[in-house]
Amino acid sequence: MKIVYTDVLVIGGGLAGQRVAIGARRRGFDATVISLVPAKRSHSAAAQGGMQASLANVLKAQGDSEDVHFEDTVRGSDWGADQEVVRMFVNTAPKAVRELAAWGVPWSRVRKGDREVIINGQRVTLTERDEAHGLIMQRDFGGTKKWRACYVSDGTGHALLYAMSDRAIASGVPVHERAEALALIHDGGRCYGAVVRDLITGELMAYVAKATAIATGGAGRLYRVTTNAVICEGIGTAIALETGVAAVGNMEAVQFHPTGIFPAGILVTEGCRGDGGLLKDGEGHRFMPDYEPEKKELASRDVVSRRMEEHIRKGKGAKSRFGDHLWLDITLLGRAHIDRNLREVKEICAYFLGIDPAEQWIAVRPAQHYTMGGVRTTPSGQSPALMGLFAAGEAACWDMHGFNRLGGNSVAETVVAGMIVGENIADFCADPANDIDFSTGLVRDFVEREQGKLDALFASGGTEDASAIRAEMQDLMTDKVGIFRTGRELEEAVDALQKLLVRSRSIRVRGHALGANPELVTAYRVQKMLKLALCVAYGALVRTESRGAHFREDYPRRNDQEWLKRTLATWPDERGTLPTLGYEPLDVMRMELPPGWRGYGAKDYIDHPDTARRASELEALKGRMAGADRFTVQNALMPYEHLLPVSLRGHNERMDERLT
Amino acid sequence: MSEPQTVAPNDHEPPRRLHINVLRFNPREAGTEPRVQTYEIEEAHGMTLFLALSEIREKQDPSLQFDFVCRAGICGSCAMVINGRPGLACRTLTTQFGSEITLAPLPVFELIGDLSVNTGKWMRAMSERLETWVHMNEAGVDLHKMEERMDPALAEEVYELDRCIECGCCVGACGTLRMRPGFVGAVGLNKIARFRLDPRDNRSDDDYYELVGDDEGVFGCMSLVGCQDVCPKNLPLATQIAFLRRKMLANGLKR
Repeated sequence: MKIVYTDVLVIGGGLAGQRVAIGARRRGFDATVISLVPAKRSHSAAAQGGMQASLANVLKAQGDSEDVHFEDTVRGSDWGADQEVVRMFVNTAPKAVRELAAWGVPWSRVRKGDREVIINGQRVTLTERDEAHGLIMQRDFGGTKKWRACYVSDGTGHALLYAMSDRAIASGVPVHERAEALALIHDGGRCYGAVVRDLITGELMAYVAKATAIATGGAGRLYRVTTNAVICEGIGTAIALETGVAAVGNMEAVQFHPTGIFPAGILVTEGCRGDGGLLKDGEGHRFMPDYEPEKKELASRDVVSRRMEEHIRKGKGAKSRFGDHLWLDITLLGRAHIDRNLREVKEICAYFLGIDPAEQWIAVRPAQHYTMGGVRTTPSGQSPALMGLFAAGEAACWDMHGFNRLGGNSVAETVVAGMIVGENIADFCADPANDIDFSTGLVRDFVEREQGKLDALFASGGTEDASAIRAEMQDLMTDKVGIFRTGRELEEAVDALQKLLVRSRSIRVRGHALGANPELVTAYRVQKMLKLALCVAYGALVRTESRGAHFREDYPRRNDQEWLKRTLATWPDERGTLPTLGYEPLDVMRMELPPGWRGYGAKDYIDHPDTARRASELEALKGRMAGADRFTVQNALMPYEHLLPVSLRGHNERMDERLT
Repeated sequence: MSEPQTVAPNDHEPPRRLHINVLRFNPREAGTEPRVQTYEIEEAHGMTLFLALSEIREKQDPSLQFDFVCRAGICGSCAMVINGRPGLACRTLTTQFGSEITLAPLPVFELIGDLSVNTGKWMRAMSERLETWVHMNEAGVDLHKMEERMDPALAEEVYELDRCIECGCCVGACGTLRMRPGFVGAVGLNKIARFRLDPRDNRSDDDYYELVGDDEGVFGCMSLVGCQDVCPKNLPLATQIAFLRRKMLANGLKR
């Protein structure tokens, strides 16, 4: 049996995983990344429009700060987020952008003087300040009060991932490509690494590590229509769930992006609307202002997606042979703007729709886009249930997005979480108390168990076909666990998914091809995906309220009184067909921003009994501190800086807020 | 603007039957020989090679190996030889061909099986060899302070070259690489051009000459321009190589 030893095993080679590995490596620890694909092909590359960080360089970003970013993010989350984590995040995001700038990311830069932009369908001239010339640009995105998304044309994720991967190579971080973790090795209290399958040879190996970090991204492929890459199957999250000990949080919180091209579901960036693009219906009418007079096309994604589907239900969609859709019109931005700032969008339209978006409208409809839920961790990034197991990025629920993530906050989260968890994981490894005293017998047991499961897939007397089960699961999730949810449909989905899970235990792999054997890969993955799908559907069924992206037609109001809490799902019984759900309350009395109206979407919600008390307490506190600077006030409202690694504490300099 | 349109569908014509010929070989199966296997499928509206191959694997042959990740033309995983020309399979619509489509793995790269090749290994080795990262001053950067300024036009120029997705099409189309297996390829030379342009990288032309100032670098290129012809991102590869060659020649002559 081949055993690889390392201090830090990072599962997943996207932005979050590689940044964790670089952080650990810089502190002198061995870090090894395993990745399903070459690291530069990770789904992080697909982020197009931008990375939120309150640099406040452009005119429309003036006055932006961590405070505004914090409030936007919490409102976006529909108060589901952990506010301390949001504070950690907004304070680190500018540092992340600036670190990446130093590492070579060719951020789009401010040009001083006049420029024409489109705001609310009107052509407007902005005059950028002389002193901003050459600093990093920001563009507008949904759900934000200020222009905050820093970007590299519309290839932001690509440029970031390349700079990050090249930095990992420079740091000597090995990336074991085409390797997949099938199980975490643990004893119920401590994680020791993972059983890993080589996707070239098919060989099973053990990776033994002091600390293991899951950074495998989202689980979009639980759905038929998704913007996610084909590798986003949630396997990293699933193997944490399969420990029976670690919990996954808020899996029912699934984001649908308003502008997946129709019908393929390929993403076109929110930057299209941020830069002034409009949504139009089958009659060419701009409908969003009718629903959302405040933010229009730039309300948060959950709200815009729901309004789009609502409009289609009224029969206002454009008809096509694949069903109804709506239009995204960016023709008003002009060819020069599209050629410079939306070039990936232009390519996607040309290759997949056969249109020129400077001349024609883009057929769009909401598509699954982001997994807010993930492996539950504390603000440090470590699982509270399984020592030595960490998670970062989309795979994690530490939990900065709550029930809806803002555009541009995910690519920012990957890097920020990588920076924070990278430092914390190095601290963890440096502490002698965390040395491991592991048994080779335990490692052998885990490898043999996984080998046994694979062997059983060949030998089973079953007749089930893995691809067919997968397709049924994806149809169920898209049709019954989508944007609009009802108790009846969710019950049907939970029931049908359980049956699929049982059937998946009788999958028969027919081909004995040596090497990775794609048929075998589908077989073992679909068993894991079904468990995650059940966490999503069952969590959605039990949560009898609407919050952020989770919308129940039979319970349309947000109910803080009963549901201001995070869903925690565990899977204690390997042969069971349902997760065990538990709930973790969010404490209003510790919130810096108590629940209220988001500024868009429904104004109707049921308050938590503590909300009024906390609000008046905060008002009194702010009143007593009149005259104090914003950092002192913030610290009095909700101290968080102690949660950050020392190197990441401290203020961020801006043009209008110089460091003294 | 004109009235919005959907993609022009030929609604009334019966769907075509496509014959997809795949060059197959699993090097892990001892005693087998490479062979061409033909799959027949019904063309669907908007069908890409990603959709066609996925359908074949799901419904006809679960052992068929290929690599797709983003299926949106941005990650570079799916480069293969499509009717004799390297390209990204995921964004290639079947409608642009006759009913016969022949697929082969990219040459040069290590074959994993069927249409899957190990571009990642080749690209990592290239990156290590050419040190494709910004070489910074030791002191590092104070993350609390404002970022260094950069000329907006220069940032755009750097991004233009940074758009490479390491798909390997240029490597597969390169005549020089057939003769010189150690040649760094257009992808490698483009990286050097990119970092040379970047003021944050403190390397000089002397340093770059050490990396690419020989026949396995910029002087090995025979200017066949195959790289630029097939680059799915339309990078100005031949122009960059010519420019770099001039700079490296000037550097070499002063030595």
